[in-house]
Amino acid sequence: MSIDVKANGNYEVGKDERVHPGKPVVVDRYTAGARINHWITATSLVLLALSGLALFHPSLFFLTGLFGGGQLTRIIHPWIGVILFFSFFGLFLRFWKANLWRRDDSDWLAHGRDVLAGHEERAPEVGKYNAGQKLVFWSMSALIIVLITSGVVIWDQYFSVFTTVEQKRWAVLVHSIAAIVAICVWIIHVYSAFWVRGTIRAMTRGSVTGGWAWRHHRKWLRDLVARTPHDKSGRTPAE
Amino acid sequence: MFPPVPNPTTQPEAPRFGEKDLIRRSASTVTPPAERQTEVAKLIDVSKCIGCKACQSACIEWNDTHPAIETNTGIYENPHDLTPDMFTLMRFTEWENPETNNLEWLIRKDGCMHCEDPGCLKACPAPGAIVQYSNGIVDFVHENCIGCGYCIKGCPFNIPRISQVDHTAYKCTLCSDRVAVGQGPACAKACPTQAIVWGTKDEMKEWAADRVEDLKSRGFENAGLYDPPGVGGTHVMYVLHHADQPQLYSNLPENPRISPVVEAWKGVTKYAGLAVLGIAAATGFMHYLVAGPNRVSEEDEEAAERLTGEGRS
Ligand code: HEM
Ligand code: SF4
Ligand code: SF4
Repeated sequence: MSIDVKANGNYEVGKDERVHPGKPVVVDRYTAGARINHWITATSLVLLALSGLALFHPSLFFLTGLFGGGQLTRIIHPWIGVILFFSFFGLFLRFWKANLWRRDDSDWLAHGRDVLAGHEERAPEVGKYNAGQKLVFWSMSALIIVLITSGVVIWDQYFSVFTTVEQKRWAVLVHSIAAIVAICVWIIHVYSAFWVRGTIRAMTRGSVTGGWAWRHHRKWLRDLVARTPHDKSGRTPAE
Repeated sequence: MFPPVPNPTTQPEAPRFGEKDLIRRSASTVTPPAERQTEVAKLIDVSKCIGCKACQSACIEWNDTHPAIETNTGIYENPHDLTPDMFTLMRFTEWENPETNNLEWLIRKDGCMHCEDPGCLKACPAPGAIVQYSNGIVDFVHENCIGCGYCIKGCPFNIPRISQVDHTAYKCTLCSDRVAVGQGPACAKACPTQAIVWGTKDEMKEWAADRVEDLKSRGFENAGLYDPPGVGGTHVMYVLHHADQPQLYSNLPENPRISPVVEAWKGVTKYAGLAVLGIAAATGFMHYLVAGPNRVSEEDEEAAERLTGEGRS
């Protein structure tokens, strides 16, 4: 995937992101490839959380029923983990540049309270991703590395001979804690998408309305508009 | 000589313990029986062992396992480790006693210790895959086992092994099936020197006390009983001539206990973990109740239209 990068190395707008004037304005946010990639990742993560939690606590063991019993849950979980890893790696390659931290992000974060209270306008204008989204992105990246590493260490069926029992004890502790944190990050991620109305269609239909972009990612919208070769009339928008 | 367990009757007998005698069941809560059965124990007197491996053969025969035939690498252990098909293993150590300059051949029969506080059971995520009877026997129930290998991480003695055939965990059962009909373990029955004896835990401790006294009178002043308190005592105990240095015997742990890492994983992590997940979900819910949905307004749309030039015409 190629994206426009200005001289300062920061992400501005992607080449597949386009503004379609109209009523309402529609802005392309995710390509079909990115959406498929996202939903594979999302499905794997949910299945991993369910199959993992089944082993995490006896009160959740019944979740093994979803996977055809305990043995199958034990077998399938790490394989879904492998899918998640590669799938998330795809997302990482697509999105990392747009998620690089900028000075504005720290300012935005300082206005966290305002944002949560629905006063986003008091925070600095946001590019493609706001600081919260960036934190979700980077923490998930780190957590998935921790999860696959510790997960392989406790994947006894194939890898038991490579580590000592003591190392496996640490790995399973780290894996379960990282899993809990990852599920919390997932809750934040899903809740935000649900709370901020008009977000989910970015990952289903691939586009958002201009109003959504104006409200939540104004800088991104401005950059897109500035770049867009204008409508047939030949006028430059936002002169 | 310790009186051996008499031969069984030929009459069918009801099992002497079962489901109703469980004091622990993995990933489950059980109401312990009102009355605990007399605790049993196997006593392995290392000083009497001649390394003949009759116990190993008896174990293979009784449990109908088929350990792989391995290659000789110049040591006596055969197979080279406990396997899903070898529940007990004679481990041989040649040790030069610095005090006497004697070469001592220390032979230890390795296998499940049937801990009073079993780490395997604590770690197991599958309800009923590991059970502990009130007589002290810790047993694996294969139809409930999911093959995750958590028991291996929980065990302070490195005992359970996962079969690559049926993907369930195996270890010494203390011949629970024989004990249930009034017999002793197969290994104890086969041992030609009474290095393995079987009885109630109290009897075994008494018997061990005599053995320790005898060993002391023969110059093994550190002889003693290995019944490690860190795991609440065990239902397989050793008489050691060097009880002050159990590690001499193929790394028998000096003070075994459930690893603190396992305790943290199975303890605080579970409660804190579930609580944190609950709090995260509840916070989202509360936020929604208080703040309501964050909707794009008409003005936002109009602003975007102006920006793209549409709204101006
Ligand atoms: C990324 C690759 C991953 C691998 C290779 C992996 C592997 C494993 C393995 C081998 C186990 C032990 C049970 C079994 O054998 O099935 C396990 C347990 C678990 N996994 Fe994963 N996993 C991965 C990702 C995840 C993710 C993303 C989550 C949660 C979002 C997760 C949550 C859990 C949980 C909660 C447990 C149970 C831990 C416990 O019993 O305390 N895993 N994982
Ligand atoms: S020795 Fe290991 S396998 Fe045996 S009861 Fe103790 S913890 Fe469980
Ligand atoms: S492998 Fe061990 S810990 Fe896992 S279910 Fe079987 S007995 Fe329990």
